[in-house]
Amino acid sequence: MTDAFIYDAVRTPRGRGKQDGSLHEVSTLGLATTALKAIKDRNKLDTKLIDDVVLGCVDPVGEAGGDIARVAALTAEYGDHVPGIQINRFCASGLDAVNFAAAQVMSGQHDMTIGGGVESMSRVGIGASGGAWPVDPAIAIPSYFMPQGISADLIATKYGFTRDDCDAYAVESQKRAGKAWEEGRFKNSVVPVKDVNGLTILGRDEHMRPATDMQSLAALKPSFVMMAEQGGFGAVALQAHPEIEAVNHVHHAGNSSGIVDGAAAVLIGNEKAGKAAGLKPRARIRAFVNIGSEPAIMLTGPVDVTKKLLAKSGMKISDIDLFEVNEAFASVVLRFNQAFDVDPAKVNVNGGAIAMGHPLGATGAMILGTALDELERTGKSIALITLCIGVGMGTATIIERI
Amino acid sequence: MNLTNFRFETDADGIALLTWDMPDRSMNVINQDVMKELGEVIDHVASNEAIKGCVITSGKPDSFSGGADLTMLEGFGAQFAQMAKSDGYEKAMNFFFEGTRSLSQLYRKLETCGKPFAAAINGVCLGGAFEMALACHYRVVSDNDKTRLGLPEVKVGLFPGAGGTQRVARLMQTGDALQMLFKGDQLRAQQVKTMNLVHEIAPVGEIVEKAKAWIKAGGKGVQPWDTKEFRLPSGKVYSPAGMMVWPAANAIYRRETNDNYPAVKAILHTVYEGLQLPMDLALKVESRWFAKILRSNEARAMIRTLFVSMGELNKGARRPKGIPPSAPKKVGVVGAGFMGASIAYVTALAGMEVVLVDRDQASADKGKDLSNKLMTQQISRGRAKTADRDALLARINATPDYDALKDCQLVIEAVFEDRVVKANVTKKVEAVISPDTIFASNTSTLPITSLAENSIRPEQFIGVHFFSPVERMQLVEVILGKKTGDKALAVALDYVRAIKKTGIVVNDSRGFFANRCVLNYIREGHLMLAEGIPAPMIENMAKQAGMPVGPLSLNDEVAIDLAWKIVQATIKDEGEGAVDKEQVWLLDTLVNKEGRLGRKNGKGFYDYPEKGEKKLWPGLSALQTKHLDPDTIDKQAMKDRMLFTQALEAARTVADHVITDPREADVGSILGFGFAPYTGGVLSMIDFMGAAKFVARAKELEAKFGARFKPCGLLEEMAAKGETFYGRFGAVKKAA
Repeated sequence: MTDAFIYDAVRTPRGRGKQDGSLHEVSTLGLATTALKAIKDRNKLDTKLIDDVVLGCVDPVGEAGGDIARVAALTAEYGDHVPGIQINRFCASGLDAVNFAAAQVMSGQHDMTIGGGVESMSRVGIGASGGAWPVDPAIAIPSYFMPQGISADLIATKYGFTRDDCDAYAVESQKRAGKAWEEGRFKNSVVPVKDVNGLTILGRDEHMRPATDMQSLAALKPSFVMMAEQGGFGAVALQAHPEIEAVNHVHHAGNSSGIVDGAAAVLIGNEKAGKAAGLKPRARIRAFVNIGSEPAIMLTGPVDVTKKLLAKSGMKISDIDLFEVNEAFASVVLRFNQAFDVDPAKVNVNGGAIAMGHPLGATGAMILGTALDELERTGKSIALITLCIGVGMGTATIIERI
Repeated sequence: MNLTNFRFETDADGIALLTWDMPDRSMNVINQDVMKELGEVIDHVASNEAIKGCVITSGKPDSFSGGADLTMLEGFGAQFAQMAKSDGYEKAMNFFFEGTRSLSQLYRKLETCGKPFAAAINGVCLGGAFEMALACHYRVVSDNDKTRLGLPEVKVGLFPGAGGTQRVARLMQTGDALQMLFKGDQLRAQQVKTMNLVHEIAPVGEIVEKAKAWIKAGGKGVQPWDTKEFRLPSGKVYSPAGMMVWPAANAIYRRETNDNYPAVKAILHTVYEGLQLPMDLALKVESRWFAKILRSNEARAMIRTLFVSMGELNKGARRPKGIPPSAPKKVGVVGAGFMGASIAYVTALAGMEVVLVDRDQASADKGKDLSNKLMTQQISRGRAKTADRDALLARINATPDYDALKDCQLVIEAVFEDRVVKANVTKKVEAVISPDTIFASNTSTLPITSLAENSIRPEQFIGVHFFSPVERMQLVEVILGKKTGDKALAVALDYVRAIKKTGIVVNDSRGFFANRCVLNYIREGHLMLAEGIPAPMIENMAKQAGMPVGPLSLNDEVAIDLAWKIVQATIKDEGEGAVDKEQVWLLDTLVNKEGRLGRKNGKGFYDYPEKGEKKLWPGLSALQTKHLDPDTIDKQAMKDRMLFTQALEAARTVADHVITDPREADVGSILGFGFAPYTGGVLSMIDFMGAAKFVARAKELEAKFGARFKPCGLLEEMAAKGETFYGRFGAVKKAA
């Protein structure tokens, strides 16, 4: 099998995913174009080498619909010959796009590809693309559909994480993200989003609240109580996991991932294509897998997929120097750490989506880039990137710095 | 047209009046003949240019119609089964599908024939009859207090399959429509008007006139959903509004049914799918689900038990023939404790005079006060008037004087469960009552035959076992002692019917019928806890099995020390080997070491805080010597254990001749202790599973969990011969 190397990784800053967010004025196409252009420009890339652009997008409707990858490749001036494809595996779409792009290279069918993702949550809106899963009784009932926040609360209840545990995790995420920005740890990856005149619209993640402490979080009410009680989902949770007497609602806006806008792109290629482009590989993609997990609790996929990936790649959890486990909700990471008994100091060392936000289709590619930057900064070797996914799935990738 | 079930006349304005009035029936019902004649009428109206439109009404005084004849549907089922054998599944299924959708197609023909149809409804209009009305282009209902409209099919495991789901969902907001269809309530005129299901309310005498007036004024024979302008009341399924409705509807379905009721789920499917289709296709999809649900075990079992058997028992199927109906006017109740006071209340509520006796005036008054309290509650809920309360209280004579019982036709004792106390009461009562009076003991534990030994006329001595809370529980076990005579049985059953409850007749045994099953259920909960299963999982899985409350919760209600006493009594009578050591350990610990007696002292398996909801006692986990990993516990086995332990005991009551008629075990199990209604009851569960399969599964459970799952000889024999309870014990030959 051909090795797939990572030659570069970029992301936009993450803008608050509301009307008052800085990136609200920027279209989905604009965000994707920014990331692709950055890859092209800063590598002085001959785009004739690019065989495909794979972008993740979770709500590909309206301005984000109709294959955003192809149109973004055109607006980024990659040339007519560069095709694009948009994929969707919910929250892992960005990482899956990287994996799919890598797979094209590994299979020997393509030489150089781009994987990435984009989501303008402020403009398109979460859930805008609909779908049968929560609506059609044929799947909603057998899969014990619950809103993800209730599943996250169920994880906390089932595995014994208190509100304080989750809040303490969130405070740490904010602290780490704040420090990482302060020390310029993201400077190699973050490219500003600019207007038509070249003025910067946003150059820095704006969702963060580094001053967050336990007291400020304590003031927030749990977000999913009413949904659980009035929508019937609390009963669904108990039917799926009957050992629980009642769901302990611990999650709120402060210990869940932020709703934001953003895009990311990762340049992947084989050795030959890298040479042709005059680029030095930064890392090798060692392995990646996907898995389906119990759909009701839904967000424990990172545990299942990591077990599968370690087994497949013949590695042990102790072989991994660094973990990026998407902070969809505090309990997701707490459960990951508990299941593998990993040192929290190795996990999401520069903060995560609780502090900086989770632009659904882009996040996977963003945190892969974050892991790569951190390997380079610390001189460490191996990182594992994983995300929990709707309807109970997990995606994970292991990269090795070169 | 040659009509026998309808009268058809056309007035000077060219408006036809179709009066549904079936001969020799007190209520109209939809059967094949009615469908055929209605079809002819529609053709006639549609093709006759002189007829402008047609009003459908009923010739019966207080009813339009109760709906479709369930035996007609059963007939299709029988034909299907036969045809499947002879001609194969595909052909049989096609026949069944076409047959069971014929009513739906008839109604579609009515609403698309081009001429306006209006329904003029007075009194009861349910199920298929209400669906007929919904297919009419205009609906007028009377303001008569007896007018009730609804689609109660879900209550017997079916759903409205003649267009009801589609028309309701096109008339109401989706969330409200689903709720209406889920519940199957019978609704009053004002309610259906508010729900947009009818157009107009009028006095009884004017409904036909109003319906005709609508046609005369140019009412169109086109339904809103057949016009281009039509918009669904909640908009499209896939829309922001739809997202507010559907995820919650699916979850609420689970919350309300534990996914045990396919008919309710079919309502979700038909409405979800139907709202995305034009009417003709939507109706076809509804018909597909209807054909599926109609063949389901759940529907067949629920129709048999909750409709057929319950109806037969309430009509006196077990009442001895040849004894003239007794209509007790005055009933004595001795013992004004909680049970006695409640019995007095339901008796007075049914219009009978009650003499409520206790040892002193204060105790008797205290018992009567319960009636005051319950009636006051009814008044505050708008279900009764102050005058009703006063009249009811006036019917209860609370007194310490046994002489007041002398002209009662029936005396029920509800004193303390103690042989000596009961013997004394029997003597004192028999000293004053007339030779004709029937004496009934409301005992829950003491065998009637032994209590009757203290009676000077044991043939007039009988058991009536009420369930708590009496005003809500619909079942009464009528227990025959060895010497109990037919008259006592007839009077007891007449009385049970008079208080609007259902009686089942059981022969004498420790625990009679219901408590034998219930105690097994509670014991299974105890043993699961002792095994190391988390307490919430026991309670939650019991509900998933279909029980209304978990075994631990139920034990708290009946008191844990009572369970302890029963276990001790069993040890005394039958030896240590007759009880489970683990259960004895658990009860001993809870009652004697922890002082946890149940809800009565606020401390049982649950804690009962002054404010807020009960919660499982956190100490239970510490009590357990083992803790199983919940993710490795076999959930299906848990559900099976909780139902099988009851069904096996019920089979033993048949083998012991405590139960002689399977209908009574089924109806009794659902009304008495809420046994998973979707099964049709304790014995139907076995019949529909098949005795062989049931016995095989019981043996697996026996091997894994203990001898209590050993099937009795009767079941083994039935399994070997391929018999059913209803077949072998011959109550309803055609069923199962």
